[in-house]
Order: sequence, then C-alpha cells, then structure tokens
Amino acid sequence: MADNEKIIEIEVLRYRPEQDKEPVPQIYKVPFTDDMSVLQGLQYIKDFLDESVSFRWSCRMAICGSCGMMIDGKPKLSCKTFLREYYPGGLRVEALMHLPIERDLIVDATDFITKLESIKPYIIPKEERKLEQGEYLQTPQQRDMYEQFSSCINCMLCYAACPQYGLNPKFTGPGILALMHRYNADSRDGGQAERLGLGYADEGFWGCTAVGYCSEVCPKGVDPANAINQNKMNSAINYFTRFITPGGADK
Amino acid sequence: MSARRPYVRSMDGWWKRDPYFIRYMAREVTAVFVALYAVVLLFGVVRLSQGEAAFNGWLQYLKTPWMLVFHLIVLAVFCYHTWSWFNIMPKTMPIMFVGGKRVQPGTITGTGLAASVIACLAVLFIVGGMS
Amino acid sequence: MKRSNEPIFWSLFGAGGMLAALIGPALVFITGIAVPFGLFFKPDTMSYAHMLAFSQNWAGKLVLLAVIALFLWHAAHRIHILLHDFGVHAVTAVRVLCYGGAFAGTVIAAYALLMIKA
Repeated sequence: MADNEKIIEIEVLRYRPEQDKEPVPQIYKVPFTDDMSVLQGLQYIKDFLDESVSFRWSCRMAICGSCGMMIDGKPKLSCKTFLREYYPGGLRVEALMHLPIERDLIVDATDFITKLESIKPYIIPKEERKLEQGEYLQTPQQRDMYEQFSSCINCMLCYAACPQYGLNPKFTGPGILALMHRYNADSRDGGQAERLGLGYADEGFWGCTAVGYCSEVCPKGVDPANAINQNKMNSAINYFTRFITPGGADK
Repeated sequence: MSARRPYVRSMDGWWKRDPYFIRYMAREVTAVFVALYAVVLLFGVVRLSQGEAAFNGWLQYLKTPWMLVFHLIVLAVFCYHTWSWFNIMPKTMPIMFVGGKRVQPGTITGTGLAASVIACLAVLFIVGGMS
Repeated sequence: MKRSNEPIFWSLFGAGGMLAALIGPALVFITGIAVPFGLFFKPDTMSYAHMLAFSQNWAGKLVLLAVIALFLWHAAHRIHILLHDFGVHAVTAVRVLCYGGAFAGTVIAAYALLMIKA
C-alpha cells in the first residue's frame, strides 16, 4: 500500500440492456493520485475492479471528442476532468444527457451523425475553380469570422447541455448548427442557399431559445450559441424581404 | 435480432438539474411580469377612454398597498430583465471588428446597460419636465 | 425543409424586449411608484387632464400603443416558449392562448385609444 494512498468513490450509472430493465448506479472505490483524470479512474475500474464497465475513449488529451459524459451532473470530457476536484465527496458519472443510453456510459450517436451529414459540412465553391488560379486568399479578419466555429471536436457535450434538444430531438442542435455556420461564414464558400433551407426551418436556428449552456460546456470554445443566434437576425430579414429580393422567395 | 435496447431518460424537471437552467428559467419568467404590467397599463388606457370618473378609479387603484407591492416586485423584475437581456445580447450579434480589434461580449453588454441607464434617465426627465 | 414562421413573433419579441430593457424600469417607477405616492414628480403628473391631452395627439397614442402592444407580444413569445420548456405539449392551444392574448390586448388598446377624440 502506497503512502498517503487516497481512495475516491466513483458512482457509475450502469446499463446493460441484456440484464437491466433500467439504468442502475454502482459504486467503485478507486485509489488515485492528484494527476489522475476521471478517464483514468474509469480505466482503473475496468482493469482491476469490473471489466464489464463500458465507455468510449481514445486520445486521452481532449481532441478526439470520444470521452464525453455527465460528471456530477455536468457534461464534461472525462480525460480533461480530474478526480482530485471531487475528493473527498466522490463523484457520479453518467452517459451524456439527452441522448439514448446504449450501454453504461456509451450513448447512441446516430442522430448526431445523420444530422452532421445533412448540413453539407464542406466548402461548396462559389464558382468552378481551376488549379492554375492557385489557392484562396483570406485576410485574418475573414478567417476570424469562422475560425472558432471550426474548432468543434464532435464531442456532443453541447447536446447534453441543450434542453431544447432534450425536449425535441428533431432540433438539429448546437454543434451541427455551429458547423453549418462555420461553412456559411467562410469567405471561400458559396453554398449558403443550400444549407439555409435547414437553417431557416423550425428544426434549424429557430429551435434554439438562447439558453446558452452549450457554449458554457464546450471544451473548445466554439460558442455554438453565438453561431446559432447571430443567424436569427439574417433569417428574420430574409423572411421579410424575400419577396422583394431577386431569388429570395422559396421555390 | 439485435440485443440493443437504447434507454431514453425523462426530461421531467430538467430545469432543476443545474443552477444555469434555473437562471435561464428566471430570465424567461420575467415575461409574466412584463405581461402583467402591460395589462395594468391596458386597463389605464381603457379607463382613460371611458372618461374622467373611470380613469380616476384606475388612479385610485394604483394607490392601494397591493398595487405598490406589485409594482415594487415588477420594478425588480424589469431591472433583472434589463440585466439578462444585455447579458445574452452578445450571443445574438455577429463577430464585429472596431479598429481591427474584435469587439468583446462585455463591451456589448456594457454598452447596452449604459444605454438603458441613459434612456431611463431621459424618460424620467421628460416626464418630470412635462408635469 | 419548411421555412419557419418564427421570425414574425421573434421580431415582435425582440422589439418589445429591447423597449422593456431600455425604458421599462423608468416606466414602472413612474406609473406604479413615484406618481401614485407623490415622490419626485408633481402629484397631478398622471391626472385625467394630463393623460387625456397626451393621448389626444397621435404621437401620444402611438407611444401608449407601442408600449402596451410590444410588451404584450414580447411576453407572449417568451411565455409560449416557457410553457414548452415546462413540458406543456398542447402546442396549438398554447400558441392561440399566448399570441391570441397579445393580439386581443393590442386590439383593445388600439380601440380605446381611437375612442379618445381630440
């Protein structure tokens, strides 16, 4: 036994569809040191206490977006959250909120992935471009218009934060709308019209009620609340002027 | 045959789960008081159109203790509305640059709150001047 | 995907919210606290004679209508969302109640103001 070994209680919300009718909490006593993340705590559980505990992880350095979960009721990346913060009281971990639990700490991300594909997350050039024309040129200010929104790591913490998504899964949601804005705001892109059909719908920007918790929990500072809400003004202006601007009316 | 059985959790009482959500609900609930105040003014305008006796009745009603308590509460709520309105306003603005520097959210909130102070003082002076 | 009609209600919500944020506290203080209880302002500031004169001209009518109507439309939109947030599922009934209420209030205010002849 190491000197001054500290033990912390991690309560994991278990769910094994083949045996559990509904999720059930299970407490594990985990020895830890101050440099250990919650992810490392879970890995200790899996390696030494209970091999059946299931959770996603990969890079363990807050860039892959795999390890999102609810830690004491707040959406966080487990690799970026430290056990020492919850000592001696202990902590509860649960699968990301507002998404169906597949097993233990693993959520069903199908809805997120489907929606991700639906917003055309790639540069749609304004016009045909030949190789001889060379690279696009962009001023620092032009890049500032979209750069923070390109930092998204698809971790879905914002979906766990967003009550509107929880209340209505048809809502496209913060992360994906932020990504839509990332492309719409890029000076190299000409695909706004194709994307805004979704953006200007109830399931698009208008599903947001500016709770703002998504931006609070984002580990990369994307600020999806801003990406979405700055589009409401454009959407409203477009709504009222569409019949008097060329090509503005819906087909 | 799949062994999958995804579990969907209830959204009941979601807003009680985090202080952030409670603050959001408090912000939204201010609308109830905005509506109540507008209804009081609406009564005033209707009574005004019904003549002096009717309007004086409304003025008398404003002097009752309950209406004073009501308006004190409404005043506090309106102040919270102003505060929360300009706090969320930066999120509704596009990214802006002044003199090559990016405009910070705090600047937008501060400007809005300052505008509110100036506007309220202006109203107070205009009404004071008119009476 | 079908274009949302939210812009109509959101614009009214925004106008009412901005108005309330800018001058709401002053209005509440004047009409509900200061004048009725004789603080700072002359006690006859809101007398029948004064308010009649104010509302007899079109600018006065517009100011009164704007404050009442925009406050009601701001509240209607937010309360509609609030009920949705509380889990009330009767979507159409909630919309009719909220926006219908704001509409009714606007009409009543406009009618009352039009009844005030110069």
